[in-house]
Amino acid sequence: MSDTFTLDGREIPFEPGQTIMQAALAAGVYIPRLCYHPEFKPHGSCKLCTVKVNGRHTASCTYKAAPGLQVESNTEELNTERRTLVQMLFVEGNHFCPSCEKSGDCQLQATAYELGMMSPHFDHFFPDRPVDASHPDLLLEFNRCILCSLCVRASRDVDRKNVFALAGRGIHSHLIVNAASGRLADTNVALEDKAVQVCPVGVILKKRRGFAVPIGQRTYDAAPISGHVQGSASLTEE
Amino acid sequence: MDVVEKKKLKVATTSLAGCFGCHMSFLDIDERLFELVQRVEFDRSPLTDIKEVGPCDIGIIEGGLCNAENVHVLKEFRRQCKVLIAMGACAVNGGLPAQRNHLPLTDILSEVYLSSPGLGNGLIPNDPELPLPLNQVHPIHEVVKVDVFIPGCPPSGDAIWKVLTDLLSGQDPRLGHGLIHYD
Ligand code: SF4
Ligand code: SF4
Ligand code: FES
Repeated sequence: MSDTFTLDGREIPFEPGQTIMQAALAAGVYIPRLCYHPEFKPHGSCKLCTVKVNGRHTASCTYKAAPGLQVESNTEELNTERRTLVQMLFVEGNHFCPSCEKSGDCQLQATAYELGMMSPHFDHFFPDRPVDASHPDLLLEFNRCILCSLCVRASRDVDRKNVFALAGRGIHSHLIVNAASGRLADTNVALEDKAVQVCPVGVILKKRRGFAVPIGQRTYDAAPISGHVQGSASLTEE
Repeated sequence: MDVVEKKKLKVATTSLAGCFGCHMSFLDIDERLFELVQRVEFDRSPLTDIKEVGPCDIGIIEGGLCNAENVHVLKEFRRQCKVLIAMGACAVNGGLPAQRNHLPLTDILSEVYLSSPGLGNGLIPNDPELPLPLNQVHPIHEVVKVDVFIPGCPPSGDAIWKVLTDLLSGQDPRLGHGLIHYD
């Protein structure tokens, strides 16, 4: 018999060493997330997955499950905080979904839909972030980077190339390319690299492939992002 | 009570820095327009050609703010309308026009009117009748309080219909999966 904890009133079994996020996913419960990816070590930076464990806020992608924990996730309070986080991500970058190749397949957009984000709420930064189009087959559209570090982890831990890194602190954090010139063309990045596949938003894009899938057939057209977790209900379903 | 219920709500609409695509989408509610005009009456709108907005229950704004006149019209709408709706991506986040925001305005004007190929004796328009462009394009919630947002480029007729019927029946407007989209 495995141990269990309580998530929104439901008993969730877990294996020793699993995080709350991992156990929830295995049990078919969607917890919003952006920087967590099941194939990588958690980074705990976006805070979208924040839950309350025994009344205290914590990131569910880094918090280890333990017997008897009382975890709240799908509450109005937490979803409101998550919506605010997503709104901040939208205004910090330049997200013009109608002209984005990732639209319909984008986890930031799908998460915002799931959370019922009707507006960005805050004043836009409209930052100036020139794109890197130096590589013959890949485009880096920095305007949409949410600093999830998945490309950094994939390039370091899977591709063993360290092509990407996050530099700067706080509001000055930004994605950099590990080459003396700072240009993607001067790295050994390859189209098949995990780092190229993993970006949850529309930053690392294959050239000449945009808008290949018609509207209606994209990842999140048929079912919302919660529906991509086997067995999960959407956040707003009773 | 009867009198109140039968009174038609007044609705005004306008397009600021938009492409009229949202208004076209609004017309996509098709035959439901007949149902709508049973319950509302249009004030200033491209549908009526009334030029100044009067006191209204609902104001619908398409487009963001790219010049001084846009700001003036928006403030008039806010002053006259009890409920203000931002309709479409440009009103909600600046949309396509805001993609000029990282470029200096002078560079844009000289590129368009002075140095682009095929222009002879180019001149930057300076007629005093022309509203002055803003340095950056802004979504409308950055200038006035907005009560309701309908994202989408454009929002579908169904999404617009859902928000309007929710409002007319006194509910908080909600768009579920398939109706909420930003593209
Ligand atoms: S990355 Fe996602 S949220 Fe950003 S513009 Fe593209 S589709 Fe929209
Ligand atoms: S480029 Fe994509 S994967 Fe890399 S940090 Fe930015 S959002 Fe994350
Ligand atoms: S998913 Fe847990 S902090 Fe980002």
